[in-house]
Amino acid sequence: MDFGIENIIFLLVLAAAIFVFAKKFGRIWRNIKLGRDINRSDRKKERWALMGRVALGQTKMVKRRTIAGFFHVLIYAGFLLINIEVLEIILDGILGTHRLFAEPLGGLYDVAINFFEILAVLVILSCVVFLWRRNVNVVPRFKELKGWAKTDGNNILIIELVLMIALLVLGAAEANMEDKKAGPWLVSGLLAPMFSGVSQENLHLIERVAWWAHIVGILAFLNYLPYSKHFHIILAFPNVWYSKLENKGQFTNLESVKKEVEMMMDPNADPYAAPAEGEAAAPDRFGAKDVTDLNWVQLLNAYSCTECGRCTAVCPAHETGKKLSPRKIMMDTRDRIEEVGQQMDQKNGKPAEDEKTLLDNYITREELWACTTCNACTEACPVNIDPLSIIMDMRRYLVMEESAANQQINMMMTNIENNGAPWAYPQADRGNWKDEI
Amino acid sequence: MEAEKINVPTMAEMMSAGKKPDVLFWVGCAGSFDDRAKKITKAFVKILSKAGIEFAVLGAEESCTGDPAKRAGNEFVFMMQAMQNIQVLNGYEVTRIVTTCPHCFNTLKNEYPELGGNYEVMHHTSFINKLFKEGKLTLEGGSFKGKRITFHDPCYLGRGNGIYEAPRELIRKLDAELVEMRRCKSNGLCCGAGGAQMFKEPEPGNKDINIERTEEALETKPDVVAAACPFCNTMMTDGVKNSEREGSLPVLDLAELIAEAGDL
Repeated sequence: MDFGIENIIFLLVLAAAIFVFAKKFGRIWRNIKLGRDINRSDRKKERWALMGRVALGQTKMVKRRTIAGFFHVLIYAGFLLINIEVLEIILDGILGTHRLFAEPLGGLYDVAINFFEILAVLVILSCVVFLWRRNVNVVPRFKELKGWAKTDGNNILIIELVLMIALLVLGAAEANMEDKKAGPWLVSGLLAPMFSGVSQENLHLIERVAWWAHIVGILAFLNYLPYSKHFHIILAFPNVWYSKLENKGQFTNLESVKKEVEMMMDPNADPYAAPAEGEAAAPDRFGAKDVTDLNWVQLLNAYSCTECGRCTAVCPAHETGKKLSPRKIMMDTRDRIEEVGQQMDQKNGKPAEDEKTLLDNYITREELWACTTCNACTEACPVNIDPLSIIMDMRRYLVMEESAANQQINMMMTNIENNGAPWAYPQADRGNWKDEI
Repeated sequence: MEAEKINVPTMAEMMSAGKKPDVLFWVGCAGSFDDRAKKITKAFVKILSKAGIEFAVLGAEESCTGDPAKRAGNEFVFMMQAMQNIQVLNGYEVTRIVTTCPHCFNTLKNEYPELGGNYEVMHHTSFINKLFKEGKLTLEGGSFKGKRITFHDPCYLGRGNGIYEAPRELIRKLDAELVEMRRCKSNGLCCGAGGAQMFKEPEPGNKDINIERTEEALETKPDVVAAACPFCNTMMTDGVKNSEREGSLPVLDLAELIAEAGDL
């Protein structure tokens, strides 16, 4: 096969797919950057190591849920390794060659393709298991998923099935060809009899159809990603890299509040001092009412979430029938930032101004007040998403901007302010227990 | 025989005598005021005294770390508490702190350094372990020998700070049989008190979290439920009451277990 019209079409399809994807990706990155600034580029060595372990090495994936973890690793390995073959497919498509790597690699090529084919079978098996767990014998954490979230999960698995089947059919057709470059291979060789008796001409046709189905499928899948939870295959890596490295129990200290309190406690501070030139801008809101009050890593978290629900499955509030679901916190955050982004697009990039906010329109106060800050969700997340930080930022808004804590919480805080304990005991009595020993 | 009265000096008393203690015992609000938690405080004091540790407390100069206010979302109250406490602690040139409350522990250890409070902070389970390792404390069998003890991981000690082994090593010291709950260590289920929930009614649901956790503890058929946090202790004690096992199933802090086993 030489360079011809087929290759020109391929080039156009490839260029269009990459262009459309890049554009959408840029838009999502712009949305993420609508979040407040936060420095998560410190301790780089630790971050690379963490990304290697958690994202590349899937350590949190296999930690407790062995069945899901095992099959996920199979699909993941398939995705990473079979993509090496995609490189050849793309080069073939551009250059008009066929199995470009076959000759230079020699025997190694057969080893590689055999390996990929075994992986493809394992991926097919995994997809079937996952479809089963989502639709037939439904795993509890998937029962909550409705509408697009449910359809999306199935779409991804079906697309992966089609891609892998196309890859094997391609090999099966080729195995019957008289002028084949390499093969037959392990799995497609077994499938080869289904095309026995087919004319050489039709074999080439079948091979071409499977080839196009595979590569167009991949490119279509690429462009499906940004609309899907499956975007995690890309964002999981930066998401882990930028995740919180401090102890889980450590919450951020709000810098703006720190300054205020320092001034209050400084006997030399001038209470009438005007803000210095340039500092007179309206101060940031305390905590988060809407997505743009969150930091950009929290928004990256939202786009990285693949809705697996491990967080919700371990949430003590959720388990005891309360409204809180950490997965929903992440999905709401993503839906809201998408909405804000779409409004910006309609207004040529100007900030969105609608009546809605993440608080109340997406996440209710009841959900926020159900959290025990136990960190089970952050521990369970295979890609280090932090729903707790969003809950805390929203509580900060409720308490510090709206004074909207309930009476019991207000009492507790008043007690701390007045007598240094959450209960109404005088501070002078703090040492009374000593007399009881 | 009546036990000898243990003298617990305050930092102020120490300072006026020109002395500096090895470690400050941060008692915490629960440990100071809550009748149940005060027993933990006393048990730990007995252990410190037995080990010959020179320690002191802040007494009336101690104040809430600000943890419950911070978890409720009130950074203002937290910062005011933190900065006042740091002034007091730095004024006494405190370098080492031990506390029986994982919430105080977490806040002092993780959230105070940024505000100017840098101390070596230990939870009492780690501290007691250290006493054993240094030979300052010894224990041979004791009253819990062979008993089934299950341990409830406090979130702010376990997941919050990665301390899972220190409390378990203490249970082994008792020669007791450590029976783990279905969900333990990093997978442990919260008692329901964290995040300022201790001070409010739970949101509407179909069950209280402490009941769920207590049921899980009961599945292990324990003789004792061990805790390492005054708030977990309250929640688990309430759970045990709810299951009508009160009286037959004690919920005890590790300091109490060690003190009782050592007949302190």
